[in-house]
Amino acid sequence: MKVKVISRSTDEFTRERSQDLQKVFRNYDPNIRSQERAVEYTRALKAAKLEKIFARPFIGAMDGHIDAVSCMAKNPNHLNGIFSGSVDGDIRLWSLTSRKTVCHFPGHQGNVRGLSVSTDGETLVSCGTDSTVRLWTVPDYRNKSAGESAGNAVAPIAVYVWKHAFWDVDHQWGQNIFATVGAQVDIWDHDRSEPVNTFKWGNDTFISVRFNPGEPDLFATTSSDRSIILYDLRMSSPARKLIMKTRCNSLSWNPMEPMNFTAANEDTNCYSYDARKMDEPKCVHADHVSAVMDIDYSPTGREFVTGSYDRTVRIFNYNGDHSKEIYHTKRMQRVFCVKYTCDGSYVISGSDDTNLRLWKAKASEQLGILLPRERRKQEYLDAVKDRYKHLPEVRRIVRHRHLPKPIYKAANLRRTMIGAERKKDQRRRAHSAPGSMPVQPFRKRRIIKEEE
Amino acid sequence: METEKLKVGAEHGKFEELDPKAKKYLRGDGANLEALLDKKLKGQLSVKEKLFGQSAKAAAMTEKWLMPTEHGYLEAEGLEKTWRIKQETILQEVDIISSRQPFDMVLKDLGPYKVEYTLSGRYMLVGGRKGHLALIDLITMNLIKEFQVRETLRDVVFLHNEQFFAVAQKKYPYIYNGHGTEIHCLKEHGAPLRLQFLDKHFLLVSINKLGQLHYQDVTTGEIVANYRTGLGRTDVMRVNPYNSIISLGHVGGKVTMWKPTASKPLVTMLCHHGPVTAIAFHRSGHLMATAGVDRKIKLWDIRKFQALRTYSGHAQSLDFSQKGLLAMSNGSQVQIWRDSGENHYYRRYMSHSMAKGYQVGKVCFRPYEDVLGIGHSMGITSILVPGSGEPNFDSWVANPYETKQQRREKEVHSLLDKLQPETIMLDPTKIGTVKPLRKKERPNRAEAEAELDAVVEKAKSITFKNKTKGRSKPSKKAKKKEEAVLKAKRTLGEHLQAEERPFKKLKPDGADLPKSLQRFAKKKAS
Repeated sequence: MKVKVISRSTDEFTRERSQDLQKVFRNYDPNIRSQERAVEYTRALKAAKLEKIFARPFIGAMDGHIDAVSCMAKNPNHLNGIFSGSVDGDIRLWSLTSRKTVCHFPGHQGNVRGLSVSTDGETLVSCGTDSTVRLWTVPDYRNKSAGESAGNAVAPIAVYVWKHAFWDVDHQWGQNIFATVGAQVDIWDHDRSEPVNTFKWGNDTFISVRFNPGEPDLFATTSSDRSIILYDLRMSSPARKLIMKTRCNSLSWNPMEPMNFTAANEDTNCYSYDARKMDEPKCVHADHVSAVMDIDYSPTGREFVTGSYDRTVRIFNYNGDHSKEIYHTKRMQRVFCVKYTCDGSYVISGSDDTNLRLWKAKASEQLGILLPRERRKQEYLDAVKDRYKHLPEVRRIVRHRHLPKPIYKAANLRRTMIGAERKKDQRRRAHSAPGSMPVQPFRKRRIIKEEE
Repeated sequence: METEKLKVGAEHGKFEELDPKAKKYLRGDGANLEALLDKKLKGQLSVKEKLFGQSAKAAAMTEKWLMPTEHGYLEAEGLEKTWRIKQETILQEVDIISSRQPFDMVLKDLGPYKVEYTLSGRYMLVGGRKGHLALIDLITMNLIKEFQVRETLRDVVFLHNEQFFAVAQKKYPYIYNGHGTEIHCLKEHGAPLRLQFLDKHFLLVSINKLGQLHYQDVTTGEIVANYRTGLGRTDVMRVNPYNSIISLGHVGGKVTMWKPTASKPLVTMLCHHGPVTAIAFHRSGHLMATAGVDRKIKLWDIRKFQALRTYSGHAQSLDFSQKGLLAMSNGSQVQIWRDSGENHYYRRYMSHSMAKGYQVGKVCFRPYEDVLGIGHSMGITSILVPGSGEPNFDSWVANPYETKQQRREKEVHSLLDKLQPETIMLDPTKIGTVKPLRKKERPNRAEAEAELDAVVEKAKSITFKNKTKGRSKPSKKAKKKEEAVLKAKRTLGEHLQAEERPFKKLKPDGADLPKSLQRFAKKKAS
């Protein structure tokens, strides 16, 4: 006879001293855990609910400007710092950690329309409706605390006066060149008081300009004749022009896929284009109920933030046709500029009510350092939420966002209008000769023509 | 496309190659990727399947470090038979720690006794028919609490941990804590005969004298469900650990399965000719054992609701161990059966006889130990059954060496993960899956019309032979054609109708039902 039975001595399975860690034994056999699916589903549901409870994206407001904030710039070389320009000509540098002004850049006489920082983070370029471009040395604010330097003012290193009012400025990646737009597109060198190059296509005002992050010579502008124009610095004339039905207020290149850019349009939508194939947008991002004023991509290129005239900030996936987040507060007015921070974890909005607001990019993310256990737990909950996101109960909770009443009503109204239009179109098609009204997708309908 | 197919095929092949150890961690077969048309989905799924395979392999690999304890066994040598080996012989062979496990407590006055273990197997609750209750710590062999309720006591059950237990007393079930303090008297339940606790749902289930089934949530106190079984008084109730479905055995020989969200039983099976005396469920959820007064012990596949094996013999009480041994008691005899290889062919493994005149009331395997607890008319006994328990426990599932702190933490976590009563269903893997598409769509109107047209056209085009004596007159020919068309139409209509309602036609004779259920099929009105 051979016999063996399970025998456990208590000493082997418990700790020796009270200072020791408790011993843990694992057995991953699925048989000792029954109803795994139900348990996971319950956890997913609970995680979805908790996510909603902890969704508190607003971190704080930065007040100090005495007029609406019209533009912002982030310093590519320094995380904690954002420049903002105001309609009254005030430019400030803010420390994001203390949410206070670090220093001022006085000098502009009118609205500061554009701000940009060189790639090395040393030079700030500003332009405004006073027809001047000013270059500033960015102070070394790492050693300064915010309190003592509240009255700290910096003088410009150069002031270049030009023929027309400026609307926007953007610095080239890696070199000492920047572009301004206004009545025409001017290319400037840091050391020259006059533009080194000028582009023009049509007679209308240019609104915004953005250099391509991957191909330094390439840049795009939008203008008030509803066009998006692509330029190459190595050529003497603009490369390509796309005319849409409504104008674009701003555009932003995807930093990870630099052939793609997204334009914030006046017709409440954003349009993602492939610069190589502009005959139709790759994606239409709809959700705003009023003109989209500004757009900025996250450094990961997976999402972008938009600010709108409807007093909300929304975050979209780069390929999502609807927004995944909406941020709003009672006191935030029309949003003129938005920026993603360089680490991709915060969003900053500047609005008509003279404040900059700091938001979390992921509304329910826990700030600060996570312990490894906490992080693993969070990863697990995210995974089960992802696995059960299709179930109606989980989906309902995950999708729900509270909307302010005016936005809710406006969205309903827009839906009704679009539905009515579609219905009318269908009826018209049903009563006309077959083939006389070709079906055109919405994406193509918004484009008038493309010129070379 | 071709290469992709080959690759997927290769992966399937890999899964086949996995040793049985790893296969258990796969939790079923992989998705059939061949049938998918969506390339993107196919890619995503094949990546997932690969991950599943890797994690199963990793789990199997780490077994040797994570699971140090080996399972027990009892092997006969030469002419020996395992069922002739006596407990005393086993005791001489095993080590000193195990030899302390079996004991025999003679409690003459207040029996017969019921035995119950916690999920971790550390604590034992003993209840005597005449009101004697004792809570014992089996690792230290301490008597934690002993008291008398001084009325008839029919069943005992632990709630989520050893701190609380429910007792079915003469008129109502009561909940006591570890100090023996009465916490609740559950008057809504009536006089209970049997209690069960669903640990994942925190539901206390009772069947009372009037044959009513009560589900009560012990966290909120809410009565979740209250159903009349309508099948008479019974004290045979068992929960299926695989899906938390409650099974009742009735005097008519039926076994019914209940969930709290349905007022009618999900399944009614006629298992025995005569009252059912005991039910037990295998941990895997596929196997049920029933015993009846008709001197039959049956094993059922409860996926198909079919009897797998029928043995003759009486059993007052049945229990499956974690490793799938089946214990049964009859009078003063206790027998343990074991699956001899595949196909659930259970054969005698061990037997144990109590002193003559003892009536064994309940047998109950101790989780994570090779021990069988026996409650009988003269007290309680526990014997060694090598190979019955799961050798390795998981600290996060059930930990016999739990500290106070760990117990409290686990209580909080299990409350957070409390399942809703709606999650109880026959197939618990259904949650989160999609409804399969209807296999055959009904033909739409245009298709039906086209088919009809074709049939009519075919009938019209028949040519008739020329016959003599006026039988081939044009009028006759026309009439014949008309008849042929009508006939074709009629047959097509019948054909379609038969396709539309296959169930109605098939159900009355019950040919599609499993054999055990055929007797419930409605007889044809003749």
